[in-house]
Amino acid sequence: MPKLIKDFEIVEDNWQVLGLDGCEASIDVPAGNVIVPLAVWQAQKDQLQARAQTLGVWLNSDQMAEELGDDATQLALVAVYFPGFMDGRGFSTARLLRERYGFSGELRAFGDIFRDQLFFLKRCGFNSFSMPEGTDLEKNLASLQDFSETYQAACDQPLPLFRRRS
Amino acid sequence: MYQYDDYDRKIISDRVTQFRNQTERYLAGELTEEQFLPLRLQNGLYIQRLAPMLRVNVPYGMLSARQLRKLAHIARHYDKGYCHVSTRQNIQFNWPELEEVPDILAELAEVEMHATQSSGNCIRNVTSDQFAGVSSDEIVDPRPYCEIIRQWSSFHPEFAFLPRKFKIAVTGAASDRAAVQVHDIGLEVVKNQAGDIGFRVLVGGGLGRTPVIGSLINEFLPEQHLLSYLEAILRVYNQFGRRDNKYKARIKILVKAMGAEAFAAKVNAEFEHLRDGAITLTAEEVARVARFFPQPSYVSVDESAVESSVQQLAEQNPAFGKWLKRNVRAHKQAGYAAVTLSLKPTGVAPGDVTDAQLDAIADLAESFSFGEVRTTHEQNIVLADVRKDQLFDLWQAAKKQGFATPNIGTLTDLICCPGGDFCSLANAKSIPIAEAIQRQFDNLDYLYDLGDLDLNISGCMNACGHHHVGHIGILGVDKKGQEFYQVQLGGNAGSDAALGSVLGPAFTADVMPQIIQTLIDVYVAKRVEGERFIDTYRRIGIAPFKEQVYAQAD
Ligand code: SF4
Repeated sequence: MPKLIKDFEIVEDNWQVLGLDGCEASIDVPAGNVIVPLAVWQAQKDQLQARAQTLGVWLNSDQMAEELGDDATQLALVAVYFPGFMDGRGFSTARLLRERYGFSGELRAFGDIFRDQLFFLKRCGFNSFSMPEGTDLEKNLASLQDFSETYQAACDQPLPLFRRRS
Repeated sequence: MYQYDDYDRKIISDRVTQFRNQTERYLAGELTEEQFLPLRLQNGLYIQRLAPMLRVNVPYGMLSARQLRKLAHIARHYDKGYCHVSTRQNIQFNWPELEEVPDILAELAEVEMHATQSSGNCIRNVTSDQFAGVSSDEIVDPRPYCEIIRQWSSFHPEFAFLPRKFKIAVTGAASDRAAVQVHDIGLEVVKNQAGDIGFRVLVGGGLGRTPVIGSLINEFLPEQHLLSYLEAILRVYNQFGRRDNKYKARIKILVKAMGAEAFAAKVNAEFEHLRDGAITLTAEEVARVARFFPQPSYVSVDESAVESSVQQLAEQNPAFGKWLKRNVRAHKQAGYAAVTLSLKPTGVAPGDVTDAQLDAIADLAESFSFGEVRTTHEQNIVLADVRKDQLFDLWQAAKKQGFATPNIGTLTDLICCPGGDFCSLANAKSIPIAEAIQRQFDNLDYLYDLGDLDLNISGCMNACGHHHVGHIGILGVDKKGQEFYQVQLGGNAGSDAALGSVLGPAFTADVMPQIIQTLIDVYVAKRVEGERFIDTYRRIGIAPFKEQVYAQAD
């Protein structure tokens, strides 16, 4: 089973992602832990709600947090896909899911992300990171702590530095 | 000026460590070229035509003597003995070794400087008015807000991978010297009728390929909402700015596509969510930062006595008189003046300074201006608080170092990007054009007769030389591998900002001084008493200039 970084540890990834290469919204969602595209969730919400604790939804980089909105709180996992590491939309998506829509489950970044983005991804609310194949996860773990102090308020630190300076 | 505390020091030193590690991994082949690219750019490092170029931030242009000496040391030790003041008030080194950049950043950190986000698709160094705090037309000193924005934008986790670069400028004066109308966000610090401080917010201005004057989206943003509102703008841009085409990725394109009103509505909707949240500024924080920009301990000077002795010296030394007229500026404090050191003597690339000159500027700052200077977007250096009875001494000292060319605001005080001699993006060289024009107009009396004139040169469409907002703008273009220069007229960077219009077909380098001469001749022939070049242009339009230039060319 592939591994990923979750809550500062390297763990097995026991989720399966559906529809990365495109699929019908009406596709049969298999049993087990499955992460479905937003369109599948929207089309089959009535049936899928019953198993929301084994269900995740993934958003593409051009799908904004509000398209999932309050539904997020029903889900065990939300994943945000990064088609290329220069595409920074997912950073805003994550913050909005956490701060505006109150999502407290596993928030996963996946796709084309790399070590030197982990600190910022974490600050924006991601707590799990599925890195491209071949990534040395042990080494990557360290970068979650690249900075020991920060100026801004974000998901890991609700107060900006100016409210904490002593 | 702002001084780091332990928090600031920790953050900057973590950054140095992080970049050292990234550089090592890149050199060891653990990071791809593509991955290292945004990392090095966000630490100011370009790979240029001849060597890497390191752009060091000078936050809103403020430098202390200690920092100047450190820059001198870096120029000497890691570079070829000089550096360049950029049109965004930053300092650029043209010859550092990639392997040594982490060491340079560590040296900079010792004097509370950095190169964070001086390049790349992120929020860049915030720029401001070089006469902040000393100008009599100032409503509010913008520097505390600049510093607050610097801290908020540094390592902002959400906005490190924007669609494109993002530049913010702030002014607090009636007359805009920070070109806020041609920035992604321009802020004017103002007071409302009740005397409360707030901001007029302009968005979507910019030069480059598609020059645009910014749109006003908020008449009065109360001070405490500054960061939440900025965060709202950046979030809308991060989510909806185009990412499919880098030439259409700046916020100005988004604002244009949506329309300024619809864009403002979207920002306001986002702002309503963020409003009154944790990043709302506190009065204590504004006061804390403002304390770093106190009024210097001015001595009281007998203004009229000093004034008459200065005038007397000017009569005895016409050269001093000329310098007084062009390089010395009125000050809000009686008995004081602001002095601009010209980095535009003919024969030196505009904005270039040597290590020895940097040390000399540090000495001048300590002897004459409370140990601080400002860089300007016109690529000069300002000593902001000079006692008038010391002007003569300062002039003599500045002259020795080559800083006293009395040309500030004139045609030869031109803005010029590094162009084809250094920059890998260039279509044409810009420095030799600048020099040829300076030589053409080397007669000072003639130059003074021409009065205030902004001539700006860029080596390509990226417009680092701000050619769109020069009264005369020159743009290097490439036609089938040959360098040509397009001329634009009628641009302006001040409060009545305007973008220039293209005169006509481009010219080769060798005729450029003559073309500028012809334009000036038209102005001299057509001007009425007291008109500047831009005034005459606005009155008579482009046609007379065009006729004359192309008639001669035929
Ligand atoms: S305007 Fe073009 S040539 Fe000049 S510095 Fe900018 S990118 Fe380089």
